Amino acid sequence: MRGNAETHQLVAPGTLAAVLELLAADPGAWTPIAGGTELMVAHAAGRLTAPRLVSLWGIPDLRFIHATPETISVGGGATFLDLRRNAELAEAFPLLALASGWIGSIANQSRATIAGNLVNGSPAADSSPALLVYDAEIELVSVRGSRRVPYSAFHTGYKRSVLAADELVFAIHLPRRFVRHRQYLRKVGTRRAMAISKVALAATALTQAGVISEIRLAAASLAPFPTRLLRTEAALLAQPVTRGTIVAARAALLGEAQPIDDIRSTAEYRRRVGANLIEEFLLELQQETQRP
Amino acid sequence: MNASWPAIRFTVNGELRAVSVPPMKRLLDVLREDLHLTGTKEGCGEGECGSCSVRMNGDLVNSCLVPVLQAEGAIVQTVEGLATKGVLHPLQEAFLNCGGAQCGICTPGMLMAAAQLLEQTPHPTLAEIREGLAGNLCRCTGFMRIFESVLAAATQAEPEQPHAR
Repeated sequence: MRGNAETHQLVAPGTLAAVLELLAADPGAWTPIAGGTELMVAHAAGRLTAPRLVSLWGIPDLRFIHATPETISVGGGATFLDLRRNAELAEAFPLLALASGWIGSIANQSRATIAGNLVNGSPAADSSPALLVYDAEIELVSVRGSRRVPYSAFHTGYKRSVLAADELVFAIHLPRRFVRHRQYLRKVGTRRAMAISKVALAATALTQAGVISEIRLAAASLAPFPTRLLRTEAALLAQPVTRGTIVAARAALLGEAQPIDDIRSTAEYRRRVGANLIEEFLLELQQETQRP
Repeated sequence: MNASWPAIRFTVNGELRAVSVPPMKRLLDVLREDLHLTGTKEGCGEGECGSCSVRMNGDLVNSCLVPVLQAEGAIVQTVEGLATKGVLHPLQEAFLNCGGAQCGICTPGMLMAAAQLLEQTPHPTLAEIREGLAGNLCRCTGFMRIFESVLAAATQAEPEQPHAR
């Protein structure tokens, strides 16, 4: 069934302050819409239940990429094309730039915003694994003020997050301390463009004298929401990168992954590919540690 | 049309237009139904196929995913805006000469995606063309003739023979 445009209200107050006032006046009554790459699909299919929508598109306060020596901050309204076009971001956070190029196609990347990707909360979200292994922090804003939460604590369940009804994602803050880390990101989908992940894995790691001294792993589509793989990380920390460590990491990942069968893949396939991806990353890391 | 809807104004192919429509109406439907610009096609209606691609403020967008209120004040270009004064755009010439169009449903979107690509990257590689058009699906040509058309337009290759119309 087609959606009926006449049954939905849409307003565009034009400034961040005005949007926050509207959200605060009647929390939960208004659904924010930015580039529409999720909500307009639901609308077309007649699945959009939100009666009242407030547009975030074109609000300059939300669309920025700001760099300091310590941090790069990405406004919630920045599009994935904005991210791809920013050379400083691509150099400091190459995995995020890579993932930005995976979002749909150019026409989707010119509209889809990073906050939309996070708030939508898909377990398969393309930008999430990269943000998790970069220790991203999310800044939420409302008329009550702003607060920061680690991105790893943002999602609380399938399509659920700590975002309150009167809050927006103002910015994503990325600490610039990963340039020396070994970095990895691979998405497995049906085709290079326009595909939603069957499974994806991101990693950042440091080694000292052949031993893993720091490691972050994050996956898409291995849990009800994008999440770090803390048990697999624990199995790797302070270990040398040996065959035995790789076997242990595969086992740990298989132990903590909770994939499901759905239209795009099966739980079993996701498990096996997830384990193969961690092995691929560790083999790369092993080669690096063995280099003179 | 319901006169109670406030007017939404934007520029389409160089002309300022005003429409009084529900703000959640898709830009695609406004272009086709209210402005009678039926060159822009609907394929999937969910941002997957690119048939409805238009340019908005210099970016390629799927017009099926744009609520028209978000086009307020924007500069929109549709396939009808590619040719100037009856002279086809080099991409349109190239699509004709290279067999880049068959049934035609994907063609307006392909042309707009290609126009976007050539504006950003005037001399694209085949890989860049593939990426630039990755969101536009064609079920006739097998894509190769479309890629060749874009390459031909980019290199301003002389057509082998004038196309009869």
